[in-house]
Amino acid sequence: MFGRGTGLASLWRYLLAGLGLAALLAGILAIVYLTAPQSAPGPDISRSKKTANGLFVASFQPERGIIKQGELQSWLLTLKTVAGAPVEGAAISVSGGMPQHNHGLPTSPQATDYLGEGRYRIEGLKFTMSGVWQLRFAISAAAGSDTVVFNVVL
Amino acid sequence: MIRLSRLLALAAVLLVAGCGKPQFSDAEKNTIASLALNALPALKPDTTNRFADVPAAAALGSTLFFDQGMSHDGNVSCSTCHKIDRQFQDDLPQAVGVGRTNRRSMPLAGVARNPWFFWDGRRDSLWAQALTPLENPLEQAGNRAAFAHYIQKRFGERYERIFGPLPDLSTVPANASPLGNEAEQAAWKAMTPTQAEGVNRVFANIGKAIAAFERSIEPAQTRFDRFAIDLASGAKPKGDAAFSPEEMLGLKLFIGKANCVTCHNGPRFTDNSFHNTGVPPVKDLPLDRGRFDAVAQVEADPFNCFGAFRDGDAGACGELRFMVKAAPELVRAYKTPSLRGAATRPPYMHAGQFSSLEEVVAHYAKAEASVEGTSEVHPLQLSDHERAALVAFLKTLSE
Repeated sequence: MFGRGTGLASLWRYLLAGLGLAALLAGILAIVYLTAPQSAPGPDISRSKKTANGLFVASFQPERGIIKQGELQSWLLTLKTVAGAPVEGAAISVSGGMPQHNHGLPTSPQATDYLGEGRYRIEGLKFTMSGVWQLRFAISAAAGSDTVVFNVVL
Repeated sequence: MIRLSRLLALAAVLLVAGCGKPQFSDAEKNTIASLALNALPALKPDTTNRFADVPAAAALGSTLFFDQGMSHDGNVSCSTCHKIDRQFQDDLPQAVGVGRTNRRSMPLAGVARNPWFFWDGRRDSLWAQALTPLENPLEQAGNRAAFAHYIQKRFGERYERIFGPLPDLSTVPANASPLGNEAEQAAWKAMTPTQAEGVNRVFANIGKAIAAFERSIEPAQTRFDRFAIDLASGAKPKGDAAFSPEEMLGLKLFIGKANCVTCHNGPRFTDNSFHNTGVPPVKDLPLDRGRFDAVAQVEADPFNCFGAFRDGDAGACGELRFMVKAAPELVRAYKTPSLRGAATRPPYMHAGQFSSLEEVVAHYAKAEASVEGTSEVHPLQLSDHERAALVAFLKTLSE
């Protein structure tokens, strides 16, 4: 019957084959889609935030606006009170690293200068590889001591 | 009907072909472009060495680089271990100068771009680096007073045309150095501060001349670079720029699953940093803790960027100023070497521990624990096919 089918049966057969192939393609696409790495919620990459105990509002920006991998560069850490007044005379220490690679920073950045209006120059930063970098600042000023962590993604 | 079936067959073939050949995503293409030689910026001036780009200094440096008179026994020059026809390295697991050293000679392509020198970064400039083997008893085994006398005798006129008048060396002992044997150290201590300063100045200038020469040694374009240029421009790679499916897979692994590009990044395939990757020590060699012990050495070096022999201002000393001085990850951490040309210069690692790229890939896949400190490498499942592909890709950086 099917072996010696009419033109119509033959067309039906090709239609079935076509549908089968389409289903196979859909299946492959579904597998590729389902097994693709799920985009986990990315790290918080905001450049301005409250410090851990809410004492200060800190913002952290590259001094020249851009991040260049593998080069020493300076960033600005701006500290304000919650009311918006600049925080002066703060003692700042910097630490950090790459949590995904279990290593610290390749350099020892330091707060080297106070530029007024709550702005501190953080010198000696260097991002040697792409990925998520964590910068932790311990801040001590008249209002008290607090910490803040910024994530920088390259 | 026949036409339809042909169409279906063609679709199936295209589907299979599409699956078998790795295609690069936009992110991967960006990474590949960042590795290509045309992404290498122009060499920056070295403000700590005002002779760095003076042709006469480079010419004298080249003479000194190949001069066996620049050694205690008259048989060793820089070029003994940094062989000009061998990518400026010597193919030995540990370099042999006057004696056998503890470390593998490093090739010199692009060396002037390093922030740190030697496997452990115990020097912070190319000119300070060049001085170290001159006085190492296992390398050139000389002493700086003898080098000053030698320069005056052999190259006095050339030296003075570049660096100005030589100091008065008439009363300087024939052999003296703060790092030499007992007699040389005693002779050094007996010298006046002016004599010592004069000798140190000539010695520093020897390093500056050699560094000026070494700045001209740069990496050359490879098959990978030609492939990368075509990939970036959308042109179909032709001739030797076309990668085999195995090389394509190797590249994809290199920048993806195998995580090689984490440290081997940028057009020189190095992050210029130091990592403990669990490379085992070599039996019978002295204790070697890499970067951990180098920190104090570079700080103590009178020829470092903070020292009296630096030209220009201290703004150039950022690497030394912001150096990590104490951290657990410095233990057995060694510099990430460039992979350009690596395939044709076994053995590998800081003391030539591995004799082939296959062994290197196996080491990183297995990720054995470090004998001291903690390895940053994590185990990786790689099939034999994938390992071979990685090696095939690495070879494109030597062709």
